[in-house]
Amino acid sequence: MRRTIEDRIALSLIWGGASLTIIFLVWMLWHILANGLSYVDWTFISANYSVTDKENSGIWPMIVSTIYMVILSIAIAAPIGIMTALFLTEYAKPGSKVVKVIRFCTESLAGIPSIIYGLFGMTFFVVTLGLGFSILSGALTLTILILPVIIRTTEEALIAVPLAYREGSYGLGASKIYTIWRVILPSAMPGIITSVILSTGRVIGESAPVFLTAGMVARIPDSVLDSGRTLTVHLYKLTTELYTVHDWNQAYATATVLIVLVLAINLVTKLIGRRLNKATY
Amino acid sequence: MNKFDVKDLNLYYGENHALKGINLPIPERKVTALIGPSGCGKSTLLRTLNRMNDLIENVKITGNVSLDGDDIYQERNVGGLRMKVGMVFQKPNPFPMSIYENVAYGLRAQGIRDKKIIDEAVENALRGAALWDEVSDRLDGHAFGLSGGQQQRLCIARAIAIQPEVILMDEPTSALDPIATHKIEELMEELRKDYTIVIVTHSMNQAKRISDKTAVFWMGELVEHGETAQIFNSPQDERTKGYVNGDFG
Amino acid sequence: MSDVVTVNHAPTAKQSGQVVKALEASANRVDWANHLFKYLFMLSAFIGVFSVGLIGYFLIKEGMPALSYAGVTNFVFGMEWVPPVLFGIAPMIVASLISALGAVVIGVPVALLTAIFLAEVAPKRVADVVRPAVELLAGIPSVVYGFFGLVIIVPMVEKVFNIPAGNTLMAAIIVLAVMILPTVIAISETALRAVPRSYKEGSLALGASPMFTIFKVLLPAARSGILAGVVLGIARAIGETMAIIMVMGNSPAMPRHLLDSARSLTANIAMEMAYATGLHSSALYTTGIVLLVFVMVLNATLLYLNREKAR
Repeated sequence: MRRTIEDRIALSLIWGGASLTIIFLVWMLWHILANGLSYVDWTFISANYSVTDKENSGIWPMIVSTIYMVILSIAIAAPIGIMTALFLTEYAKPGSKVVKVIRFCTESLAGIPSIIYGLFGMTFFVVTLGLGFSILSGALTLTILILPVIIRTTEEALIAVPLAYREGSYGLGASKIYTIWRVILPSAMPGIITSVILSTGRVIGESAPVFLTAGMVARIPDSVLDSGRTLTVHLYKLTTELYTVHDWNQAYATATVLIVLVLAINLVTKLIGRRLNKATY
Repeated sequence: MNKFDVKDLNLYYGENHALKGINLPIPERKVTALIGPSGCGKSTLLRTLNRMNDLIENVKITGNVSLDGDDIYQERNVGGLRMKVGMVFQKPNPFPMSIYENVAYGLRAQGIRDKKIIDEAVENALRGAALWDEVSDRLDGHAFGLSGGQQQRLCIARAIAIQPEVILMDEPTSALDPIATHKIEELMEELRKDYTIVIVTHSMNQAKRISDKTAVFWMGELVEHGETAQIFNSPQDERTKGYVNGDFG
Repeated sequence: MSDVVTVNHAPTAKQSGQVVKALEASANRVDWANHLFKYLFMLSAFIGVFSVGLIGYFLIKEGMPALSYAGVTNFVFGMEWVPPVLFGIAPMIVASLISALGAVVIGVPVALLTAIFLAEVAPKRVADVVRPAVELLAGIPSVVYGFFGLVIIVPMVEKVFNIPAGNTLMAAIIVLAVMILPTVIAISETALRAVPRSYKEGSLALGASPMFTIFKVLLPAARSGILAGVVLGIARAIGETMAIIMVMGNSPAMPRHLLDSARSLTANIAMEMAYATGLHSSALYTTGIVLLVFVMVLNATLLYLNREKAR
């Protein structure tokens, strides 16, 4: 094959572009981990946050708040999302008006910037429903935010379930709900789990809609009706007050914890994806 | 005595007129074969007998299909109909679960929980499908571990576990090798004693070997039906003649 | 008398009496669960619809007072943001648009080259490393991007351009350019892969080089898909909040050049919402409405592009 100068330039541009992407990622990860990893120890993980004793200050309350937020929002959004996907794939007539309306609205939800969710959550959950700045308000807001992800991923998983399973089940006189419960949902489970993990990543990563609804109190919340500060909000808060070396260390360490979480989530998604590909049916 | 009576049946997939004015009696405890070239409507007719076409969008049906004299399209309990009229598909389609659970599926779907009853039904069904001797020691093994032929017999066991009156078979051996095909045909010899069987097949020879009655389809029309021997030896219709001879030729 | 013979005979496929009895008993049961679940699922499906309605309702209801106080023209074209007296968000609109467009100008070429790399050039082993890396880039929280921007990009802008404060439009553009990479890469790669093989083979068979084929045949064929990726990238950049707050300086005045501090629409909401009251609070909802109008325009473009692609 002839190689002209233009070809070589084009090829090196392509390699260069891809390298730039990777370099940026590696640079970011390396910079944060290199400055933060050494500061992440058991004290940092398990200690309460303290403004006065910065050397022994930790992020335990933020970890607890983040866990609350993840569990609560997933616990609300997953059933709703899965049931919506079941309605769309198993019950509704494809292309009917109902499906079009539901799909249009879910897609719209996916396109709304997260800050708008913050605004909405603050007026509706915090003020109108009187839930106050609380983990519950935050989780309900995030529920709507992650709903499109869960619905879409679950729908894809449900559609991928072979028609032959459905035919086999209905051919034996099984009802729709029995078929869904025994055959369709189990077959779609890896996809559904992936959607839940993806949403966990979203919940951990969001910040703007969280501090507008759950507040910023850096204390372990007593209940879901208490305000709490998640890890991302904490990192934001820390960066607004970077004065001493301890402030910097804490910020880097918090960013490190977030990156490790994201890495773990990506890894788990990959593993499930691989198992999904291995399954032969 | 007729098990099914199909009268003036028309079926449309949207604009496509797939079955045109079908009139066909299907006798009880006999094997009826539906034959014809691809896309002639034979599978479509089979799927009207247990209302499997209900799963497809945009299907319109006129006319009348009765089972033991009752119009099945007036029946509200489609699940009950499908229990009476079992189905075996072209490709073996066991569920992704154990052999035991596959056979128990239909019973559990009816809310039967008594383990003694299910155990008994599973064993009977597997014996009935001539699979018991091969799998009795690994009932908890995954169904996907079975060979293609075994999987198809498992699907037959799954169907007869709930005591149907009719078994519909949609080219049940087309995905199988000759030895497995032979085993299924042998099994059908046994099953014909207790069940009404309607089978769609691509193979003239299979239709000749196993069926009592044969119905020939051509582009959505039923061109001829009657005793299998008569259809193959002295067909009345030119199209039947061409199709039957062409395949042997 | 022939009972014994029958038992020893080839097994019959019939079920025994108690199985039949159990089946008959179950056949007449009413399947209420089936109906119950159908309606439960339908109800769930309408929660999303309901949410969209509620979000729209509250945004408009809360934003109306400020809009009727200032008037649409003064609000959208007003240059001064002095709550609770003057509510002009023209500087924020400009900042949001410039930062998003700048991010596209820098980010899209890199993303496109990476997408071409993944779809056409990369050996499988290299692609197996690069693709997860891009996915990782998509999963990193925006505050982490903001933090990185704050500690690396902002000082760098300060040094390179020799200005006192690096919290500028320029810093935001660079950070946003990286943030939109995964979106644009993923969608462009999919679009490139969707181009029929025959196009490529036809070009190669005519003796065209692989590079010529990529740039003159594949890219034009994948055009509408790639544009859809770019539009989504713009949407992501316009909707981004935290990373921008952390690097753009947030001054509500009209930026005069790229090395000026600026405040985006999103930052305006996030920074003042916590303490705003009355008309001021209402003005932030109005800011949200304006933001949403931009996103809706982008979504409409996307819809149009997808229809184009489907043709």
